[in-house]
Amino acid sequence: MKYLHRALAFLVGDPQADRVVPPTGFTAQLTSFSAGAMAFLACFALALSVSAGRLAERWSAELAQSLTVRISAPAEQLDVQTQAALIVLETTPGIADARPLSDEEQRALLAPWFGSDLPVEELPIPQLIDVIEEDGLDIQGLRLRLQAEAPGAVIDDHSRWRRPLVEAAGRLRLLSWLSLVLIAGAMAAMVTLAANAALSANRPVIEVLRQVGARDAYIASAFVRRFTLRALTGAAMGGMVGMICVALLPSTDAAGGFLTDLGFAGMGWLLPATIPFLAAAVAFAATRFAALRTLRTMA
Amino acid sequence: MIELEKVAYSYGGGELLSDISLSLQPGSFHFLTGPSGAGKTTFLKLIYGDLLATAGQVRIEGIDTRAMSRDQLAFARRKIGVVPQQSQFLDHLRVADNVALPLMVSGRDAGDAQTNLDQLLNWVGLTAQKESLPPELSGGERQRAALARAVITSPNVILADEPTGNIDWEMSQRILQLLVELNKMGKTVMIATHDLALIRASKAQVPARVLRIANRRLQLAGADL
Repeated sequence: MKYLHRALAFLVGDPQADRVVPPTGFTAQLTSFSAGAMAFLACFALALSVSAGRLAERWSAELAQSLTVRISAPAEQLDVQTQAALIVLETTPGIADARPLSDEEQRALLAPWFGSDLPVEELPIPQLIDVIEEDGLDIQGLRLRLQAEAPGAVIDDHSRWRRPLVEAAGRLRLLSWLSLVLIAGAMAAMVTLAANAALSANRPVIEVLRQVGARDAYIASAFVRRFTLRALTGAAMGGMVGMICVALLPSTDAAGGFLTDLGFAGMGWLLPATIPFLAAAVAFAATRFAALRTLRTMA
Repeated sequence: MIELEKVAYSYGGGELLSDISLSLQPGSFHFLTGPSGAGKTTFLKLIYGDLLATAGQVRIEGIDTRAMSRDQLAFARRKIGVVPQQSQFLDHLRVADNVALPLMVSGRDAGDAQTNLDQLLNWVGLTAQKESLPPELSGGERQRAALARAVITSPNVILADEPTGNIDWEMSQRILQLLVELNKMGKTVMIATHDLALIRASKAQVPARVLRIANRRLQLAGADL
């Protein structure tokens, strides 16, 4: 409650204190522009992070819930072993569904490599069975049972595909967060430079204030509040433009894949809405640090 | 009360002031003289805590300024009115706002002190200039505005650094008269000046102690004044 009261008092400000520092157009515009540009970039970095996280979860979930059984057997045994494998799968706890792929489906899988007119039925192509898992599947037990009933059956639980995909998405998310940290750092540096410029330009004002008994905190607050509000305003505008641009990205399309899935969904839109407040917090800390450090250099 | 005990101040490897002891008694009036560059301004800055002694003690109400926190120093400065040599103002604020600045920074509502402010501006003869901006003031008006700003919080000690430096004799007399009036109200006044005519002119108005800084030390000035 005490902190809320302080935050409100800070935002409302002291109209007397605000007047003591003369308006400086250039640094105001520079701070607002920097904050706006950084918020715009932060919006995209955040969208990338959220999308990468969503992608990792989806890939992980989709691939983890399915496995493929491949029957490689001489042509005369293929149907027998397929039927035997299906019986094993249907009677195994933890299997929700097991379905042999039709010739058309197998042809579609091979089409990218061999074309769409591939005579699947004339080629010694293994039979694939698409299996949907549910909780409680003993994959090792299933492997042993299949080996006994259908010697040509091989289980592929997609782990060798899944792991690098999930890892890649995880790295992408990590890089996005790193980008956000760098954006915050760059904004802090720019606000610090602008604040230092304003403090230098107003050194005579600061000397007068000190002479009449102003505390460091009073002098600093006049600058801190001004820069914080500039950063908040600039970041709100930049963040708003960023959110509009993200919203206008093409909607999810299977052909587009990841690129067309970039953005926020549902409550996820609240995340970019926090960017202006984080920018204001960064500006507050950077300006306060710069102002108090400058004041300490004055005896 | 302000006391200095064996105070020294060094800057850039050289000692500017050395072994200075002085007690500013309440209601006393002092002139501080000495050639240009002798350290008069430095001496005043040591008294109001803008500079800190490199040796000895400057005590404001019994507390050594070197032992004070930065906030304590700020609070101590509120008890000392300063009229600097080159009076600086916040050029974007009206004269009235500049005079009320000490009230603003100490969190007191300048609106409540409006009567006091008007009386003060009238006292220094700046009623007509209260809405003006500082760059529009003449040298004498600036000094009077600085004096009004120095006394608006009713400090017990007033330090004036060459308050008549760049103004004509008539205006110098007016400034001196205002400082004497403040002293008669019980304020301690110290004026740093190299204007011996001003010191002589004050003799008829106020019993003043004349101090001189020479060879880095503070001396009681002789009868040659």
